[in-house]
Amino acid sequence: MLHQLEGSQAIAKAVALCRPGMVCAYPITPQTHIVEHLGELIHAEELWNCDYVNVESEMAAISVTIGSQAAGVRSYTATSSQGLLYMQEGVYNASGLELPMVMTLGNRAIGSPINIWNDHSDAMSVRDAGWIMLFPETNQEAADLHIQAFKIAETLQCPVMVCVDGFVLTHAYERVDIPSPEMVDDFLPHYEPRFCLDAANPLAIGTMVPPEYFMEVRYLAHKKQLGALKIIEQVGKDFYKKFDRHSGGLIRTYKTEEAKTIIVAMGSVLGTIKDTVDELNAQGEKYGVVSVVSYRPFPAEALRAALAHAQHVVVVEKALAVGTGGILFQELELPLKNIVRKISSIIAGLGGRAITKSMLKYALKQDEREIFLGLDQNVVAEKIQLVKSCCCK
Amino acid sequence: MTTLTIGNRLDDKDAAEQSKYNRYNGITSGHRACQGCGEALAARCVVDVAHRVTGGNIAVVNATGCLEVFSCVYPENSWRIPWLHSLFGNAAAVATGVASAFVISGKKDMRVIAQGGDGSTSDIGLGCLSGMFDRNDDVLYVCYDNQAYMNTGVQRSSATPILARTATTLPVRGYMGNAAGTGKNVPQIAMAHEIPYVATASICNIRDLEEKISKAILLKGSRYVHVHVPCPLGWGYPPSETVRIARMAVECGLFPLFEAENGVVVGSTPIDNPKPVEEYLRAQRRFAHLFGKNAPPEIIETIQQIASRNLEKYRLSGEFSHE
Ligand SMILES: Cc1ncc(C[n+]2csc(CCOP(=O)(O)OP(=O)(O)O)c2C)c(N)n1
Ligand code: SF4
Ligand SMILES: [Mg+2]
Repeated sequence: MLHQLEGSQAIAKAVALCRPGMVCAYPITPQTHIVEHLGELIHAEELWNCDYVNVESEMAAISVTIGSQAAGVRSYTATSSQGLLYMQEGVYNASGLELPMVMTLGNRAIGSPINIWNDHSDAMSVRDAGWIMLFPETNQEAADLHIQAFKIAETLQCPVMVCVDGFVLTHAYERVDIPSPEMVDDFLPHYEPRFCLDAANPLAIGTMVPPEYFMEVRYLAHKKQLGALKIIEQVGKDFYKKFDRHSGGLIRTYKTEEAKTIIVAMGSVLGTIKDTVDELNAQGEKYGVVSVVSYRPFPAEALRAALAHAQHVVVVEKALAVGTGGILFQELELPLKNIVRKISSIIAGLGGRAITKSMLKYALKQDEREIFLGLDQNVVAEKIQLVKSCCCK
Repeated sequence: MTTLTIGNRLDDKDAAEQSKYNRYNGITSGHRACQGCGEALAARCVVDVAHRVTGGNIAVVNATGCLEVFSCVYPENSWRIPWLHSLFGNAAAVATGVASAFVISGKKDMRVIAQGGDGSTSDIGLGCLSGMFDRNDDVLYVCYDNQAYMNTGVQRSSATPILARTATTLPVRGYMGNAAGTGKNVPQIAMAHEIPYVATASICNIRDLEEKISKAILLKGSRYVHVHVPCPLGWGYPPSETVRIARMAVECGLFPLFEAENGVVVGSTPIDNPKPVEEYLRAQRRFAHLFGKNAPPEIIETIQQIASRNLEKYRLSGEFSHE
């Protein structure tokens, strides 16, 4: 049924439809509305047989979720930014223990300087942690991907993080179709843990693994991620069959067939990018867009296929690896080597900096390998001058 | 108090669980603890008696530390119960999740134990532990207090006694080891949360330890049992002396045995003739520098005062105590 909903509410409703038995809550902007709304649903018994635990930190949030998932219950939590860093030890632990939990990450910048607005730095800080990481483009897709996330997690026995742009999605009101409970039940069957803490079948989970076996453990985790590519694609297709809506999958293409330049990006910025491309193409240009939905596992093969015919690939991303540059950009460089002649990087929207069509149009005209979109050179120069004049006295 | 003779051991009702031929043996032998490890001994008592009392319906969440490392190096594993190790500082929170999941999935008889060393309990895991107490989550938390970070090579924790030598409080000229006036008392911190049950226990009194665990495991809400477990490697004494060292700590008043309910002490184990702390201190190399020729003579008195305060505070001289 169609509802006019805040992104966070849409996500909360989608999560509730998945009937978790544990929701763990700790406040941090911009994720907070999601767990608030879930608390309401649970306390009003619209979602029943589900525990709602108000914890004292993100470390506890991920840990309670680890415990309940390990004891065989479908479990969910959400966080953002500093919260993700605070729980980072648990993030690695959850994937190492192969616990199929789902977490929403309300994407936000990382401090210092403290900044509550949207970029993808938080997600990038755990890109090697062994979680599946999905980036929805709209609130509809954010809701849909949560339903898919539980399915993917439980099929693979691997945790899934749905990375939703803070504010831009979490706080935006849009029309969202929330499916019926029957349809979701049909799509996502009752959770049967493959292993769990069970007195009838005692199992030691999380033992120390010495050098003789550790390489194999990591190799298997890698294999699992690569195998996930197929499953994510399949779950996306199954979702389409059931709900008659394209959401998820590995990547999506937009006007790429005849494109000379293809822009690659993740998350909500794709809306602005597509609008920009439409306007440019109306003036006779040949632009296309590729959305990366599954960031982990990284769909290198699919991207190569979608981008092979481009003369120029431009990666627009809301994250920066200080000292090396664009992260998605670097990850694309290798698969596209010797295939695409030119790849360039646009770092955009850090700490919530606006990304507009005119800024994008301007940047696309520059012939530079790396651009910081909307960077104010005056501020930079001033700061450099200030540092020069006051240090080493 | 009943006098126990050899004959009484044959009476199953009065016998300690550990003395029974059919104890569950929740931690099998062959693990890698040092000889004479107090922690290994205590954990075995806790798990076996909890297993008995609950009819086998227990699951254990273990923090990182000696107990976890020595009991399960893949592909070997000593645990004969459902057991989960997540991280060093989160055992209490993980146990909260496990306890909740058992309720949600209808396994209402399952009881949950979280356990860890003094470092994981009093330092890195104190936030999670306090959160668990705050919510009164249905978990029995057992701290095995060997008074330092043993697994990483005997460094100071906030449970390390004052003036003790550890790898990070090595006495040098002008520095007598772990500074006086430092440290925290986790049983008291637990009591301040007014949780249903807090107790201290020692491996020198297995019957008392088992009794407290038997009681605690069946209570609802948060429960905390703090067990004194000497460590031959970290404290510097022969492995054969573990139980004797533990007994000396209790008998001088440095480790008082008591129980508290809802934040109030309700009973303690009396000490008939409190021994001077000196005897206990002299038996361990971690205090050897207190008896060297450079040691100020009044230094032992500082420690004696702690013991004497305990005698008073927990009324170890008798009025309070249970049978
Ligand atoms: C976050 C984190 N910090 C530090 C460590 C290293 N570490 C592992 S075990 C341990 C000491 C454990 O001490 P304690 O809890 O007292 O248990 P014990 O080994 O003494 O029984 C430390 C410091 C770790 N594993 N994780
Ligand atoms: S170092 Fe101490 S606590 Fe650790 S196994 Fe050895 S005796 Fe036990
Ligand atoms: Mg210790």
